[in-house]
Amino acid sequence: MMGLAPHILSNLVVLALLVGLFGLSRWVRRRRIWLESAHAIWQRRRLAIVVIAAYLSIALLDSVAWVGGVPEGVADVLPNQSLSVLDRLFLDTREASYSAPFAGVEWTGGAELRHPGSHVLGTDILGRDVLYLALKGARVALLIGGLTSLIAIPLALLFGVTAGYFGGRFDDFVFFLISTLASMPGLLLLIALIMALGKGTFSVCLALGVTGWVGFCRLSRAETLKLRELDYVEAARALGVSEIRIIFRHVLPNLAHLIVITFVLTFSGLVLSEAVLSWLGIGVDGSWGQMIDGARNELSRDPIIWWNIGAAGAALFGLILAVNSVGDAIRDVLDPRTARTSE
Amino acid sequence: MGAYVLRRLGYGVGVVLGVLFLLFVLFFTVTAPDDIARKALGEKAPQVAVDQWKANHGYDRPLWPWQDWDDNLLFDHYTKMLTFDFGLSDADDAPIMDRIRAGMGPSLSLTVPLLFLGLLVAIPISLLVAFFRETYIDRMGVFICVLAMSVSTLLYIIGAQFLIGKILRWYPISGFDADPLLLPRFLALPIIVGLISGIGGDVRFYRTVFLEESARDFVRTARAKGAGEARIMSHHVLRNALIPILTRVVLAIPFLFTGSILLEAFFGIPGLGSITVDAIRANDFSTLRTMVFIGSLLFVIGQLATDLSYGLVDPRVRFE
Repeated sequence: MMGLAPHILSNLVVLALLVGLFGLSRWVRRRRIWLESAHAIWQRRRLAIVVIAAYLSIALLDSVAWVGGVPEGVADVLPNQSLSVLDRLFLDTREASYSAPFAGVEWTGGAELRHPGSHVLGTDILGRDVLYLALKGARVALLIGGLTSLIAIPLALLFGVTAGYFGGRFDDFVFFLISTLASMPGLLLLIALIMALGKGTFSVCLALGVTGWVGFCRLSRAETLKLRELDYVEAARALGVSEIRIIFRHVLPNLAHLIVITFVLTFSGLVLSEAVLSWLGIGVDGSWGQMIDGARNELSRDPIIWWNIGAAGAALFGLILAVNSVGDAIRDVLDPRTARTSE
Repeated sequence: MGAYVLRRLGYGVGVVLGVLFLLFVLFFTVTAPDDIARKALGEKAPQVAVDQWKANHGYDRPLWPWQDWDDNLLFDHYTKMLTFDFGLSDADDAPIMDRIRAGMGPSLSLTVPLLFLGLLVAIPISLLVAFFRETYIDRMGVFICVLAMSVSTLLYIIGAQFLIGKILRWYPISGFDADPLLLPRFLALPIIVGLISGIGGDVRFYRTVFLEESARDFVRTARAKGAGEARIMSHHVLRNALIPILTRVVLAIPFLFTGSILLEAFFGIPGLGSITVDAIRANDFSTLRTMVFIGSLLFVIGQLATDLSYGLVDPRVRFE
């Protein structure tokens, strides 16, 4: 892994993600309950799903990268620097200037822009195109949400299900661990973890994962405790089915809806927490949180520089709103409890 | 009852000891004293200076009891934290306890009004929304809640400071004054922001609680015997929903003391939240671990209080 250039790793992740999405859609197609649920969710939240798909495709475009293929002298690109599809689309806008949205001339000095209209949303104080930065933030946000969930959900399932299923001393230990972690104030624990682990994308995700798995672990433990007592689990045990097989065949599939719901509902929380961390100076590079934080003081200038913070804020808001509203629909459709009360 | 309280208390003590152990692992082993010293002195500080810094701040002893039973940092950490002897700040050698005492008042002056105003706003709105359940009003209400929850608190703060503080000039953008005549002017903006940023989640939570209660059998019975919808809401739904509401409020009480990190730092309120932010910015590990410990301690106490207070509001709850 260390020998791999970052952009090749990123390409591989994109490939794995696309294969995974394809596999998932085939899997869903073959199972009637999931197909009907997916259909119901699509019926309820078409716009939000389209918005999420748009964010996802921007992030994917920003993840597929290769070296070379840049025309001579077009911009300040290093010879062996890898550029993503998104970077290549915005090569024209690498012209450094300080401009307002929709401007044809530079913000300070009033010189003509070489590519008028290329800075659709203006530039920031360092002359970087705001639209470009806002689009690049999509990859960071999805990476934070995705990587963290990838750490937190399996961890929570492993501890929650085994503790709930086997009980005994291990259960006592897990429950103690959960209550200990849950009693530490979330944001403070997060900060403490990042301070201890050091800054960077992976340690931020790890810290978010460590603080985020607790709630889901508790939920999956409680649910497993209930499932363990059900007749079909009893029957499987009587037939001599191994414990591992019972967990995989009879317990985990019954937790699947909870996994989906938790994934979607925590996702937005994770991205919002990262914005707060960015403001504290311990966030992830290139995130919307950092854009907002960087542009915060620009609002006090005269004339007001609002487009920076506006673009980052709108991009963040759009993603969170779409994920939240899809999350609600998923919960309504998949969770038998809310389905009953809202009928 | 007595046995239950004792058992509950014992578990709480266990959790506090566990928190202290986690803090030790985080702040003494993952970030070793050498790292802390280098963060304070700079990466290129000579080893002599690092050793001197460690000696000055009490980090120069072995970590674990098996290295030195009488003099080790683990036991030291436990005894100091549990006796509230928090020592000096790593950053500027000021006594941490004094700072916490000074910060408690400003934090409370922000969080207490915020909690009560929040309840006062969120509960009537969610009752109203639950009253009009499955109608246009309900769907609009839920949509507005999701909308409100989707905005980052940072944006609320920056937006309010910009709009109310800079453009409209109603209230000062930030600052603090203990003078009771001036205090409300400084607190107005953070309280408004706190209310707006919290209201979406609160209304949704209380709405779900009310909806769950209004699906109960006793509500159907009340309706069958001819009680009006308004009476059902106030007498049958609200009263039974008090338990989850109380849980939320009692669990929030401990965090009144630790204040709000974001609001305090942005609005210049010198409370415990600001102390925490300053500690993060200054790599002040001793203050940071004290703040985490205090937060956890208060949370454990709050949970204990919640469990015990169930018996007071709900005659059905019996402690076994």
